[in-house]
Amino acid sequence: MTLHLTDKDRAFLDGEHGPAGRFAMSILVRMAEAQDAEAMLDIEGAHIDSTVYQGEATMEFAEHLAGLGGKVIVPSSVNVSGVDQEGWKDWAVPEDWAMKAYRQMQAYQSMGCTPTWTCAPYQTAMRPRFGQQIAWGESNAIAFANSVIGARTERYPDLMDICAAITGRVPALGLHLDENRRGDLLLRLVDVPLEVQRDDTFCTVLGYLMGKIAQEQIPVIEGVEVPPSEDDLKMLGAGGASAGAVALFHIANVTPEAPTVAAAFGGRQPTERHDIDLATLRAARGELTTGRGDAVDMVVIGSPHFSLAEFERLAPLVADERKSDRVEFLITTSRMMRALAEQAGLLEPLRAFGARITVDTCILTTPMLPDTINTIMTNSAKYAYYSPGLLNARVIFGGLADCVRTAVAGRVERDETVWGT
Amino acid sequence: MTAMSSTPPLPGRALVQGAAQAEALVSGEPLSFWGGYDQLTGEIIDRRHPLSGENAAGKILVLPASRGSSTTAAVLLEAIRQNKAPAVIITMGTDRFLTLAAIVAEEMYDRTVGIVSIDADGFASLAGAREIRVDSTGIVTRVA
Repeated sequence: MTLHLTDKDRAFLDGEHGPAGRFAMSILVRMAEAQDAEAMLDIEGAHIDSTVYQGEATMEFAEHLAGLGGKVIVPSSVNVSGVDQEGWKDWAVPEDWAMKAYRQMQAYQSMGCTPTWTCAPYQTAMRPRFGQQIAWGESNAIAFANSVIGARTERYPDLMDICAAITGRVPALGLHLDENRRGDLLLRLVDVPLEVQRDDTFCTVLGYLMGKIAQEQIPVIEGVEVPPSEDDLKMLGAGGASAGAVALFHIANVTPEAPTVAAAFGGRQPTERHDIDLATLRAARGELTTGRGDAVDMVVIGSPHFSLAEFERLAPLVADERKSDRVEFLITTSRMMRALAEQAGLLEPLRAFGARITVDTCILTTPMLPDTINTIMTNSAKYAYYSPGLLNARVIFGGLADCVRTAVAGRVERDETVWGT
Repeated sequence: MTAMSSTPPLPGRALVQGAAQAEALVSGEPLSFWGGYDQLTGEIIDRRHPLSGENAAGKILVLPASRGSSTTAAVLLEAIRQNKAPAVIITMGTDRFLTLAAIVAEEMYDRTVGIVSIDADGFASLAGAREIRVDSTGIVTRVA
């Protein structure tokens, strides 16, 4: 198979758009050849996950591109960085880490990226539209953009997303193309009570289970009877992209490429069928908790980053309450959502409650937690999945109301009536 | 040596060139480098992975693919910078995340890890290998 390059692609390779354009295009062309692509295609936007600080190599890569004069030529949002630019000193972040992560942030801003610093760029003004070709990094954002919006992106590795943003081009492969967006396997909800489907942890648990079953295939879910909110779908995608590598899922009668089950499969038969009943969901929900007993050091919510709608749900739960001194209460979000929540008057009750807010980053991407934090409670499948390995922390999983109740009591308090466990 | 030298060399595809003859670490389980590979030491730290505790620096690492996070590429790039990467990684088919890191390292640091893709039968024939030789065209030979 031969890769066909356009005059525009060759102009980048020949350095007509400067040394950064040549560097970026040469990497993209080598990647296209390695994957047997036959052509490149235009993108209209990018989300840059290369902003995550992983050591000096990621900083040197960013500064190298910026030093070559790199500029993005499509609207480009940025994912979380390695440091809360203004708030890091309140936490355990080493100064050397903070300085280097900050240099990396500056390099991406100097290349013209919009400083969104969020893993939920689909909840900003830079949200893509149905059918748009984009190059996104960050697994949860990829799942949301493809599945909930119907935009088109492959799963891009860090370092490649910025090359796409500088050239506006990507290899024409995978989920960019119609024929690769049809469902592979069917997940059918069977006799799952409506009160369970209405529970705020339902979609999170379903997403985690979807990831475990589907791995990197495309699942189609049938039987969702309670219309999920945007934030429910965000939590579902994040679960699927953590426990597996789901980059696209369809929910019959909910997501835009799945008006029906048959449409989601595009005329093909599912390769596998899985029935999901209450017992299956209950077992998956149980796996998200690794801690034992009722001790907890911190409640942490906001992965993916907390939205305005989530602040609106949280505010009445904390009204006239005060968290226990034994437990920290942390919300991770973006600067923009924090500002909107402030203007909506939603932060005052949270401050009175004793909650703290971290922006730009999250507990998995900056070394902010002191080693006194051994057990965390969260409503996020992504935090629950990665915290044991990355932070050596035990996890208690529960809904938003249980997170608040636990913080007030200073020990784990969960209302399991709906789940019957 | 005599018994194994009769194993025919496998025609792999060198996605990023690298020649080496070294101790092999072989697993049928994919590995996420984010949270699974210590970029400062070369140790495999995913405690659920069969190679957990092994040190892959300078060796020939044989895996079906990486897994999960977009950040796997950044971790391998840092490992290359620290001289703690494997000499060659052999995968079943093309792994976009590992290949990208190796290409970027070559462009930026003028050193890299070889990335070789082989087919499923070739991959299966490397099970249990203790030593492997890879040449710069992607020919893979099981030495022991």
